[in-house]
Amino acid sequence: MPLVLERRADAGGWALLLSPLLAVALTLASSLVIFWFLGQDPWRALRVYFLLPLSDSWGLQEVAVKATPLVLIAVGLALCFRSGNWNIGAEGQFLIGAICGGGVAVWSHGAGGPWVLPLMLVAGALGGMLYALIPAVLKTRLRVNEILVSLMLVYVAEFLLDWLVRGPWRDPMGFNMPQTVTFARDATLPLLFEGGRMNLGSVIALVVVVAAALVMARTLKGFEIRLVGDAPRAARFAGFSDRRLTITVFAVSGALAGLAGVLEAAGTVRQLLPGFSPAYGFTAIIVAFLGRLNPVGCLVAGLFIAITFIGGENAQIILRLPRDMTLVFQGLLLFYILACDTLVLYRLRPAPRRSTA
Amino acid sequence: MTLATAILLTVMTAATPLLLAALGELVVERAGVLNLGVEGMMIMGAASGVAVAIVTGSSLLGVLAAIGAGMALAALFALLTLGLSANQVAAGLALTIFGLGLSGVVGAPFVGVQREGIGRITVPFLSDLPVIGPILFRQDPFVYGSVALVIAVSWFLWRTKPGLILRACGENPVSAHALGYPVLRIRLYAVLFGGACAGLAGAYLSLVLTPFWTAGMTAGRGWIALAIVVFASWLPFRALLGAYLFGGLIILQLHAQTAGVAVPSQLLAALPYLITILALTLIMAMRRGQGGVAPAGLGLTFTPDR
Repeated sequence: MPLVLERRADAGGWALLLSPLLAVALTLASSLVIFWFLGQDPWRALRVYFLLPLSDSWGLQEVAVKATPLVLIAVGLALCFRSGNWNIGAEGQFLIGAICGGGVAVWSHGAGGPWVLPLMLVAGALGGMLYALIPAVLKTRLRVNEILVSLMLVYVAEFLLDWLVRGPWRDPMGFNMPQTVTFARDATLPLLFEGGRMNLGSVIALVVVVAAALVMARTLKGFEIRLVGDAPRAARFAGFSDRRLTITVFAVSGALAGLAGVLEAAGTVRQLLPGFSPAYGFTAIIVAFLGRLNPVGCLVAGLFIAITFIGGENAQIILRLPRDMTLVFQGLLLFYILACDTLVLYRLRPAPRRSTA
Repeated sequence: MTLATAILLTVMTAATPLLLAALGELVVERAGVLNLGVEGMMIMGAASGVAVAIVTGSSLLGVLAAIGAGMALAALFALLTLGLSANQVAAGLALTIFGLGLSGVVGAPFVGVQREGIGRITVPFLSDLPVIGPILFRQDPFVYGSVALVIAVSWFLWRTKPGLILRACGENPVSAHALGYPVLRIRLYAVLFGGACAGLAGAYLSLVLTPFWTAGMTAGRGWIALAIVVFASWLPFRALLGAYLFGGLIILQLHAQTAGVAVPSQLLAALPYLITILALTLIMAMRRGQGGVAPAGLGLTFTPDR
């Protein structure tokens, strides 16, 4: 029996909240099957993945530590995706932010002062912003595909980081390990609580979420972003320039990704080394969608995905499951989000018989 | 065999996976669908190809498994974007993330297991010709297959009626639908073909080129294949040119690295990605004012109206 999609007239607020929850539930159900398939006790595996990270203060703080970069990047990406701009190179902007901010720390090492940290944050955000402007300018000037350019720049940023930590920035006392010096005290973010790694970065992320939510809901710019994405033709009639908007959202998302990078460097890792990022920039894409491209939604989604990140690390140690399982779940989750969005907005119905062909 | 011949030989083997994946995606995009999951389908092809080849001991079964894996992921993508009208960019990204993860899980038991690569076909007599002999007549079956596929795809798209209909679905799905063509079904076939090609490209990586499995071994080749499609203006023969240019570039930087050129090896390794950006920019700058050459309906969701 052929089925057709029919738009629901009554897709209201409840449905918009329902679809991400449904997607999470379906992902959990699928993961049970996958665990069973891999010869694990499904319930035990589920506990390791989703409950163990929440069982003590250290774990809870780790969730915040992992969620911080995810939320920061995702909020920026949400603005981009909302307006139909596909910045998928946030991973590269994240690394460049870490490199620019970390560069300040390396360069001022041993001669610092209270000015170091603010300068690092500014340098990180600026670096990420400029890096994101490359695909944005190429898109607006020459209509070069921003997806491919922003993605290619991720590889370039990875090689740049690799070269820096093996070459000019390598710690002279580091036994030839490919890493920079451990940042001095005035180049690191203060910790918030005892017995964990949660730092000022999480507070900054919260402030950004609130600011972005206000901009989206209450300002003309927010309206413009929503309008250009939902109805580009109407937006042009209203006199909004989609080129200028492209530049703006890329700049903002790049700056946020860069800020996330420098916060990760100054707050959590406290040095630069290859493999500095567990692909936060790519995971943030899923966070943005799971959060329905809404800043507050991104916060909730970021916390959830952060739990699976830590759960994945636990599962690797406790259950000897390959680390890539986390990616499988993340991919599945995005599939389910997309599918549920359709099922919420549309209704599947048997196709009507055609009287004549 | 001279050094130049040796280099040309390796260029062809480096270009072949790019060409296979690009050809598949070219057909997909000609049908109006943008599948950004090439990297994911390719690496799943590589992982399942190697896994099946090691378990069964048959390279042929490995290749078939790779094609099947690529098609299975493509079917998942089709279910979302065609069946459920989901956003193609997001679904493609999901496919890549999913494929990268699943390939790691599938390939984990086979990391570092060496096996004999698929042999080359030696054409008698002709392969003894100087210079062109080894290059043209002593290649593996994939190299010949990929070139044959260029001709076949080009012939199909421009010389057959189904090819014309497929392009119509990409240029103007609404009109094609109004004429009574099953747009979604045609797009489904195109997407499946793209998945098969990407899987085959992955099998080439893990069964011929390296020939063993390492996680993440596609290293962005799927994305470069996507760039080649744009670079080639959605034309198969230009995709051949593009793939060989990029293949040459990859080999060139490898040779430069081993030759110890006084440039950081990371810069050389980043070159293919930088040149991709440069090539896309140049091609768009040259095309300025000519209007779009991309299929008009590319990437837009089409839900048949009744």
